[in-house]
Amino acid sequence: MMKHKPKIVWLQAITCNGNTHSLLSANPSRFELLLNTFDFFYHPSITTEKTLDDVLNLKEIDFLLLEGAVTSNKQFYQISDSSVTDLLKKVSKKSKYIISVGSCASYGGIHAKFEENSDIKGLQDTLNIVELKKLKQPIINLTGCPVHPEWILQTLFTLKEFGVISLDMQSRPKDIYYGLAHHGCTRNEYFEWKVEAKSFGHKEGCLFYEEGCRGPMTHSNCNRILWNDVNTKTRAGMPCIGCTEFDFPRDNMLETKKNIGIPSEVPFGINKRAYLTITGVAKTFKIDRLNKKLIE
Amino acid sequence: MSTKELKKNNIIENALKLFSTKGFYNTTIPDIAKAMKMSVGNMYNYFASKEELAKYAIKYSTNILAEQLRKINHMDISSKEKIFLFTKLYLENVKNSPEIIEYFLRVYLSNREVFAQGCEGFLCVSEFVTEVMIFLDEGASKGEFREQDFFSAFSMIMGCLGGFAFLSGEKVLDKDLLEYSDNIAENIYRALKSDDET
Ligand code: SF4
Ligand code: SF4
Repeated sequence: MMKHKPKIVWLQAITCNGNTHSLLSANPSRFELLLNTFDFFYHPSITTEKTLDDVLNLKEIDFLLLEGAVTSNKQFYQISDSSVTDLLKKVSKKSKYIISVGSCASYGGIHAKFEENSDIKGLQDTLNIVELKKLKQPIINLTGCPVHPEWILQTLFTLKEFGVISLDMQSRPKDIYYGLAHHGCTRNEYFEWKVEAKSFGHKEGCLFYEEGCRGPMTHSNCNRILWNDVNTKTRAGMPCIGCTEFDFPRDNMLETKKNIGIPSEVPFGINKRAYLTITGVAKTFKIDRLNKKLIE
Repeated sequence: MSTKELKKNNIIENALKLFSTKGFYNTTIPDIAKAMKMSVGNMYNYFASKEELAKYAIKYSTNILAEQLRKINHMDISSKEKIFLFTKLYLENVKNSPEIIEYFLRVYLSNREVFAQGCEGFLCVSEFVTEVMIFLDEGASKGEFREQDFFSAFSMIMGCLGGFAFLSGEKVLDKDLLEYSDNIAENIYRALKSDDET
């Protein structure tokens, strides 16, 4: 357990600011707790007295958080005359924990698809972890576009209290990413009986078969820790677009890719043969309740 | 397989022959018992009713096809070759055990009321339908088949094969059934193939 108020330094590279916005819409009492528990030393979008030079002069940083994709090409992006890569190399050496906040920082995200600059990467592909002597854990990836504010808070508090957090194969905290976005979706019953949503934004039906929902193959807890404490995409009638996975963003995200009417991908870890047999059987039954409007 | 299951299958095989030649309603449990050289009372130890037997029989007969198609699906050959192989196996079934396909056409498809409870939709034929799905899905994902609705593709295959079994049952074909195999397979393939395939 860290006795002092741990220092957080948040840097931004190529980003839309989405993760910052997300953090600022955290539950207010949780956010207050964060500010009271940690020393939020630097954030480029939040007015503080600290400058980037103050960051560079620090001897030690407890938590280095990066939002946005990284490039070493100064023509495309630079901060105070230095490339993001150079800046990160300096700052990361002082850091005990490094956290990539969001899909862009984790693996380049949408920016990595920019063809004019082939040098856009995530943080873990930029830094050489062997050179980071102070680092206590591998670089942590908080994937998501954006990241849920609670995922940032949970990671910071866990590390402050316990010093380690267990990570999955993609270096994401297991406790946050072990389940699927599908778990806890209010449409699970429609999924089971293969009743499809007629379109976006309705309360009834599942968005898997036509609207491209990636809930059953996307690791996140969106439907268990709700957004703004009230809702999620899939509950509201918008398909999960799989923003926490490493193939995000994919093409045609609001369509289910099919081969001759058969979904080309089936829920995570389920044998396709078994899945097709069960759904074929489920479709045989017409359940009145699930084919009616929920609120007449 | 337990002895009870073996016996059950044996009863089904005999029942298939009777159902497919005499029809569902003209076949009685005593008829089947007689063919089995069993007492009527003992028959009921295996199947509670003629309807139950009919439902088991449809699963039994389509599972034979499902198993054949599953084996083909696992083979490392093109989808076109799979069609040719499956068509051949199917026609061999029609030739060697006509009761299986006849039962499907003349009992299952013709007496839907018998199967309304517990065998509706895909319930009793799901293993076979699943294999057709897997087959179409793989062909389309490899670009060998063009995109189309599942049911239009499904009925293309099964309509064609079923139609031929019917013609064979009616004894109107002038050549040996298997001589038509490659032509039928070619027709099915052309109906499914993608425009880029030759
Ligand atoms: S809408 Fe998506 S997350 Fe919800 S039940 Fe359907 S597939 Fe699962
Ligand atoms: S529901 Fe899916 S797309 Fe939406 S935030 Fe969660 S993981 Fe991302």
